[in-house]
Amino acid sequence: MFKIVKREEMAQGTVILNEVEAPLIAKKAKPGQFVILKANETGERIPLTMADTDPEKGTITIIYMVVGKSTALFRDLKVGDVYQDVIGPLGKATHLEEVGKVVCVGGGTGVAVLHPITRALKEVGNGVTCIIGARTKDLLILEKEMEAASHELQVCTDDGSYGHHGFVTEVLKDVLEEGDIQLVVGIGPVPMMKAVCNLTKEYNVKTLVSLNPIMIDGTGMCGGCRVTVGGKTKFACVDGPEFDGHEVNFDELMLRLQAYLEEEKESNDHYCNLSNA
Amino acid sequence: MADKPKKEKIPRQPMPEQESKVRAKNFDEVPTGQSPEAAMKEAARCIQCKKPACVTGCPVGVDIPGFIKLVKEGEFTQAITKVWEKNSLPAVCGRVCPQELQCEEVCILGKKGDPVAIGNLERFVADYERQNKKAPPMEKAAPSGKRVAVVGSGPSGLTVAGDLILKGHDVTIYEAFHKPGGVLVYGIPEFRLPKEIVFSEVAGLEAMGAELECNAVVGRSVTLEELFEQDYDAIFLGVGAGLPRFLNVPGENLVGIFSANEYLTRSNLMKAYLFPEYDTPVIKGKNVITLGAGNVAMDSARTALRLGAKKSRIVYRRSRDEVPARGAEVHHAEEEGVEFHFLTAPTKFLGNEKGRVTGMEGLKMELGEPDESGRRSPIPIEGSEFELECDLAIIAVGAGPNPLLTQSTEGLKLNRWGYIKADERTGKTSKKAIWAGGDIVTGSATVILAMGAGRAAADSIHEYLTLGW
Repeated sequence: MFKIVKREEMAQGTVILNEVEAPLIAKKAKPGQFVILKANETGERIPLTMADTDPEKGTITIIYMVVGKSTALFRDLKVGDVYQDVIGPLGKATHLEEVGKVVCVGGGTGVAVLHPITRALKEVGNGVTCIIGARTKDLLILEKEMEAASHELQVCTDDGSYGHHGFVTEVLKDVLEEGDIQLVVGIGPVPMMKAVCNLTKEYNVKTLVSLNPIMIDGTGMCGGCRVTVGGKTKFACVDGPEFDGHEVNFDELMLRLQAYLEEEKESNDHYCNLSNA
Repeated sequence: MADKPKKEKIPRQPMPEQESKVRAKNFDEVPTGQSPEAAMKEAARCIQCKKPACVTGCPVGVDIPGFIKLVKEGEFTQAITKVWEKNSLPAVCGRVCPQELQCEEVCILGKKGDPVAIGNLERFVADYERQNKKAPPMEKAAPSGKRVAVVGSGPSGLTVAGDLILKGHDVTIYEAFHKPGGVLVYGIPEFRLPKEIVFSEVAGLEAMGAELECNAVVGRSVTLEELFEQDYDAIFLGVGAGLPRFLNVPGENLVGIFSANEYLTRSNLMKAYLFPEYDTPVIKGKNVITLGAGNVAMDSARTALRLGAKKSRIVYRRSRDEVPARGAEVHHAEEEGVEFHFLTAPTKFLGNEKGRVTGMEGLKMELGEPDESGRRSPIPIEGSEFELECDLAIIAVGAGPNPLLTQSTEGLKLNRWGYIKADERTGKTSKKAIWAGGDIVTGSATVILAMGAGRAAADSIHEYLTLGW
């Protein structure tokens, strides 16, 4: 059992932060790695990349958007409640190296995944510019944390309610124009990552993305998380979750993420009916 | 001279099972189990050979005539104790062992008629004990003070744990999934092996003192070196062959194409067949194709029927003679309505604009010369292209070694396919104090072979803990 010691609502309650007691994982986890969580006996195994870890306190932090039954179940857990199962750390850690100037681009809850990676890239000596975005000001998460984790932070909102009016790719383009960028890390919704990669391809700048496909075991056993990278099938759970974004087939990933749309609706309706009963 | 009255021959007692049309729509176990009377009648068929071939046919050497004699006498509790001496998972083995290729194949009665139904009797005594709980626990040796880590809670790991606990050692079992049992739980469906039986066998081990750590992905959450730092004296690796093989044909990443591992794990371990009471979904195809013809393929094709498929087809590139699945599994599948397409191989999967599978393209095959496996290898027939429609395809063409653990362990020697090199007799690996057994050594095999390897390794580990490497 894994106890929730802290819970925060973000982005108007659509995004939830949980700090969870998991001392062995906290001690072991490196930036870029993920955990799989299961709320209860009948629950689904949900992979989430860690937003932070505190080895001394023995906790890990996850941040997720409430999108369906399983995340609604997570949302309903209070401080003191437990996750029945937390498995990890899984996946390969981010390759950390001093390369010079780095741009970290995050959208939606991808910003949470980006957080420890940004901090680590800064710690190994890179000059880190961070660009984060959201649809509107109230949906923006971790602004303060990202400011602390990077040298320079730029914020965008699609509706112009805060920071730059427009997409993260527009700001990224300006930064790329200045030149001398060695690496871009783009994490967020698939269309955003695809747009970032299309842009950085033009500038021939290496780009890392972190993928979150549907998976079960997270150990390479089921192959549900397969993605096409450079024309070859890879398992995001063991070969990733980070890949060279210029090689990823995002269209296929998008279709595979929609595999259970009908079932997700059925499951959610079932849960809402139970909750309202 | 008066004729001696001829002793009436008892026929082999049938195993009652659910009717095929009914069972193809539910997940309840197919064979429903024998009555005590039928079991005793069956046991009376055993002629108690002086040199029983059946015992040598059993990978773990169960005293088969011994326990059958006790069944005949109605001493079911003593019978299970007799089985336990050599087999800690009889309820499992009675169900999933290929007895027809092992103990029953060499039964002397089989020369002229039907062999004694050893598997059914083993199952009977195990089920009787699980329901009645009369047998005294097995006697444990005095504590040795030695600690053993068992990695993987499938058949080999559970056997090692059971044996070493009895020999007085402390045992901790590490399992990557959130539930113990390995392939017995994620792979073999409920209708062949109810999960409650596996959990009950594991609970038995825990009651004897084995510790169980689920959610522990050894190689990621903890390495073997770290386990030794935690004062383990020996480690057994029974992590299975957990890397699904794909066909590497175009279109294989379309939605609706699963590895058998994923399809069965969703249904079995995650209980997708109870969706939405359980949260994990699985795509419920109406028109399902399973590629491959091993036991896992039969399990997949039969699961598809139970999840509502109108059509469930096995597509296999060789002929019926080469089918690797047990005869009984093929028979059950056919009875339930699974169709077989032999000498047929896929070349491509077809999909729609939503990226969902709609069918496969394939070629007809003919058989050529035997290959390395001794089976005649399939050769494509030119110009024999054809299409089969489907809305779900399950790839069940075998599994390879999962590199997660082996790659994180320096100095652990692997063979050219990536399986762990281990001594055939003892299970010793190239690294001191590490043993391995089961599918991670042999490649995909059977439950009982993994248990046999576990038994050998447990003996060797015990010898090491008492005498040294």
